[in-house]
Parts: sequence; structure tokens; C-alpha cells
Amino acid sequence: MTDPIIHLSGINKFYGDFQALYDVTANIQTGEFFSLLGPSGCGKTTLLRTIAGFEEINTGTIIIAGQSMDGVPANRRPTNMVFQSYAIFPHMTVAENVAYGLKARKTPRSEIGYLVAETLKMVGLEGFGDRASHALSGGQRQRVALARALVLKPKVLLLDEPLSALDKKMREQMQSELRHLQRAVGITFILVTHDQEEALTMSDRIAVMFNGRIAQLASPQELYRRPINRQVADFIGVMNFLDMKIESKLEACYSIEIAGLGKAMVPLDQAPAGISANTKASIRPEMLTLLYDDQIAIENEVAASVIDAYYVGDMTYYEVMIEGIKKPVEISMRNTAGRAVLERGAATRVGWGNESILLL
Amino acid sequence: MKSSLWLKTYIVIFMVFLYAPAILLPVFAFNNSSIVSFPLKGFTTDWFIVLAETEALHTSAKNSLMIAVVSAVLATFFGTLAARASARYNFKGRKPIMGFIMVPMVLPEIIIGVSLLVVILQLGLDLSLWTIVLGHTLICIPFCVAILNSAFLALDNSLEEASFDLGQTKLNTFWLVTLPLVMPGIVSSLLISFTISLDEFIIAFFLAGTEPTLPVYIWGQLRFPQKLPSLMALGTILLVLSIVLLIIADYFRRRSAQKTGANTSGGFI
Repeated sequence: MTDPIIHLSGINKFYGDFQALYDVTANIQTGEFFSLLGPSGCGKTTLLRTIAGFEEINTGTIIIAGQSMDGVPANRRPTNMVFQSYAIFPHMTVAENVAYGLKARKTPRSEIGYLVAETLKMVGLEGFGDRASHALSGGQRQRVALARALVLKPKVLLLDEPLSALDKKMREQMQSELRHLQRAVGITFILVTHDQEEALTMSDRIAVMFNGRIAQLASPQELYRRPINRQVADFIGVMNFLDMKIESKLEACYSIEIAGLGKAMVPLDQAPAGISANTKASIRPEMLTLLYDDQIAIENEVAASVIDAYYVGDMTYYEVMIEGIKKPVEISMRNTAGRAVLERGAATRVGWGNESILLL
Repeated sequence: MKSSLWLKTYIVIFMVFLYAPAILLPVFAFNNSSIVSFPLKGFTTDWFIVLAETEALHTSAKNSLMIAVVSAVLATFFGTLAARASARYNFKGRKPIMGFIMVPMVLPEIIIGVSLLVVILQLGLDLSLWTIVLGHTLICIPFCVAILNSAFLALDNSLEEASFDLGQTKLNTFWLVTLPLVMPGIVSSLLISFTISLDEFIIAFFLAGTEPTLPVYIWGQLRFPQKLPSLMALGTILLVLSIVLLIIADYFRRRSAQKTGANTSGGFI
């Protein structure tokens, strides 16, 4: 692995009596797409703003590209930011907005024109230079904000919920564009978002934050498949939490009795947070399968009845009732060719595999 | 139907009450009689010629303009500093300080006039146009702060942060981003202070040395009934000038609002 571009260690941040960040430590690698994910008020934006230099930290160190940022103001840090509101200067044209940082750096006029045109082309705004910036659509403002920051070739680009103001279609388009752009320019991106799907699709690694602390820092796949505790599991995607009892701890696995589902053997490493009286058997909706009449029985199966079915085209989301489980269990099924969508009230069977159960 | 008739009547009475006195100004300014009363005698422009020939009037008008311009600039300058600080920073004692800055708005002018007079005389300063500028700046600042405060509050905080983030210094950020965007507020502030100062009488009366302002001069002339028609002519000129000034100011406000894509409704006209 290459050297980290950003090294955060032991960061604490207070607003009066309120502690916004608790001992945050993380390394962000050069060229990676890194996300800070968490519910509102978890400190993700505060952390981003401390990296940008807008907020001072009370203790800890921030090192960017080998330089301590202690006492370095935002205008002399090798970072640039795309703001949630985009903060496009409304009294300037698109080109003037993009040229703003270059002028601050006293870049020669002859180079500015070239760099601005080049960057606008890169974000798909070729020929928009003379437009008044207030007349742009949300997606276009987003691109101007990107161009304005990227033209300065920062070591790190900070993005504060940049897609939250866009409609769904535009947001999905910008997600893939941002990803492509990041790969093309090779600049480290740090994205703040409360949208777990957005973080999963775009990031190389994600730091999930709750109450000012990083709860888990991992790749999207690891985060989804191996959440470190129940809070993370609940925040990322959907998870069924089922009551259970530990019957015995064997050499390599726990023998457990899950309410409604029956006995199961779960490898020890599938209980990352340890075992307590409150530990639940956790299973993702897609790890449960509705078994159709013509399908043969698999390892584990129980009878169930469909309470509700939400058809969304490619997928159907079921709520099913299993005897012995108080809350409906969520199951998602891909609508492959020839597979019928079960009606409400239909009797069915639910199957699962031991390898997909986590004890959280 | 009935209530709409009442409403219409109310509006007509309201407008008549508001504008009839102002309309009388040009009517009598062109009336060929030295007595200001109906019936009208005939058309004349003599009263304007009288104005043009009165030296003392010119001096007092020049005094008033000078005082109004200087007071407007000073009040807007100090108002900008206060409003910007109040809108951006949450410092200790912000609310009481802003409260005290706004107090002159509700203090009777005669109190301000008398107390300023006492202070100035105690300090051993001579009364002059500059002491009037001092008083007018004082009473204009609260209005400027009120206008500019809302201009600064309407400004997205992240615009200044973006400028700073893009490598610009804080001072340049103010010149390049903040100031252009609050310019409509600054123009309104200048205009309001200019108008307040131009027709302010009580403080000017107390603090004037040997040189009167226009309102003080007009008040002095009211002792001579034969001067009344020419004062009507003077009033007509001031009326037209105010309207022209208002239109110009609103033109600039709209233009700058259009440039930044802001809502062009509201304002004076």
C-alpha cells in the first residue's frame, strides 16, 4: 500500500460542552474514494470541515501529504471543497467561477483561459463558460462546483453531501460520473453522505460514524457483509434481527437456537461483537429465500405465510410471518424469468444457509 | 360587493390624505399670486426665478447636500462593519451591543440634539457643518444596520468559505464576493441615510453654527409670508428630485438582482 495522503490521529473537537468528535483516527490512502457515512449529527461534516481547515480541532493531528495542518488556514491547505449548496458565486459567469482559484494563485492570464476550458470540458460543460451562473440547473451547478475545485488540482477533494439536492435520476447519473471523474484525475476524494447506497456504490472505503466516533472503517463489501456491530448493520442496508439462544460453544462454532427458524451452527468469527444476553441472529433479506413448490428442500427451511409483497420491477420485497417470530421477516427476491410474485396470504417456505447468519 | 365598495372608498381617502398635500406644492409653485390660497390666479415661473436669485438658499442647499452625502457614507461604512460582524460571528454580548446600536432609532431626536449639543460644547468644539454630520451619522446608523443586517443574513455563508477555500485571502474575499453580493443593501442604506439626513431638522437646528442646512433655512423663511410661494417652488424641485432619485436607485437594485438571479420583486417601486 502507498503512503496515506491524509493521516488523522486522536482528533477531538468540542463546541462548548458538546463533543462533536471523539478520538477520531484514520488513514486515507492516496487516490482512493473515501466516504464518511452516518446519520445527521454524527460528526461527519465536522470531520470534513476540520480537514478543510474551517474548524479548529481541540486535540489530535491532521497530516495532509506529509505536512502537519496545525495552524494552516483553509486557503493554504492542499484541499478544495465542493459545498452542499455548491456556493457558486452568483455574480460571476461559469468561467469566472472556475477561474476564481487560479486568479487567487496569480496564474498567468494566458494559462487561465486554457485551464478553465479544459476543466469545463472534463465535467461536461464545454461551451458553458459565458453562461450566467444563476441560470444553471442543479446538475450544472454541481459540475461548476466540481470544475472550480478540480482546476486547482488539489491533493484531496472534499465533497459535502454534493448530491443531496439533486433528484433521483440526476443523482444516480452524477454518482457514476463522479466515480469516473475520480478515476480519471486520480485525486483522493472524501465524500460526506448520509445515503448508505450512495456510499456503497461510489467508495473504495467507508468510515461509518455514530455520535462523533468512527464505528467501522472498511470496504463497502466488508461493511455490508461483516458489519462490526448491530448499529452499523442496521444503518447499512436492511437486516432481520431474530431472537436466539446460545445452546453451546463448540471449538469452531456456536450452536444456537433461533426463534422460529430452529437450530443453526454459526462459525465463531461471525460474532464480531462478542456474545451477550441481547445478541440477535442477524440475516440480510436476500440471504433468505422463498422456496417455490417445484424447488427441492435445502439444508434449513421453515413454513411461512406472505403478509405483504412490494413489487418494484427487478425485485420483490416480501414481509413474511414465520411461526415463533413476533415481527414480520423481510425477504427480497430477484424477479427472474418465469418466477411468479406471491400474493398476500400465500403459504410458502423460507430457506437459509448458516454461513449468512451473523451474531450481533 | 358592499365590502369591496367600502374598501375602494377607504383606499381613495387614504391616497388623497397621503398625496394631496404634496400635489399642492407644484400647484401653488406655478400660481401667479403671493398669497397661497384658492382660487388660483394664473400661471407663472417667477417663483423659480426668485429661487435662482437667492444666494442664501444655494448655500444652505449645498450645506445640506454635503452633510447628507458625508453622513450617508459614514453611516453606511460603520453600519456595514456592525452588520457584518453581527450576521457572521456569534460573539459574547452580541445581542445587547446590537440593541444599543439600534437605540437612536427610537430616541426622540430632540433628546439626541440637546445631549449632543451639551457634549460638544463641554468638549469645547465649535458648532459647524461637521457637528451636524456627527449627529446625522448617529441617527442614520441604526437604519443602515437594519438594512445591511438582512443583506448579510441573506448571503450564503458557504460563499465566503468557498472563496477562502479556493485560496483567496479573507480581505480579498470581502472585496470580490461579499461586497458585490450585498451591494443592493449598501445602495439602499446610502439612499435611506441620504434622505434621512437631507430633511432632518431638529438635530441640524441644534448643532448648526452659523451655516444653516436647507430645512433650517426653510424654517427661517416661514416668518416672511411673501416668501411662501417661492418655498412652494423649492418644495416642487425637491419632490421631483426625490422621485428621480428613487427611480434611479430602484433601477440599479433591479439590475443587480437580475445579475445574481435574485427575486426582482419588492423594493421601492
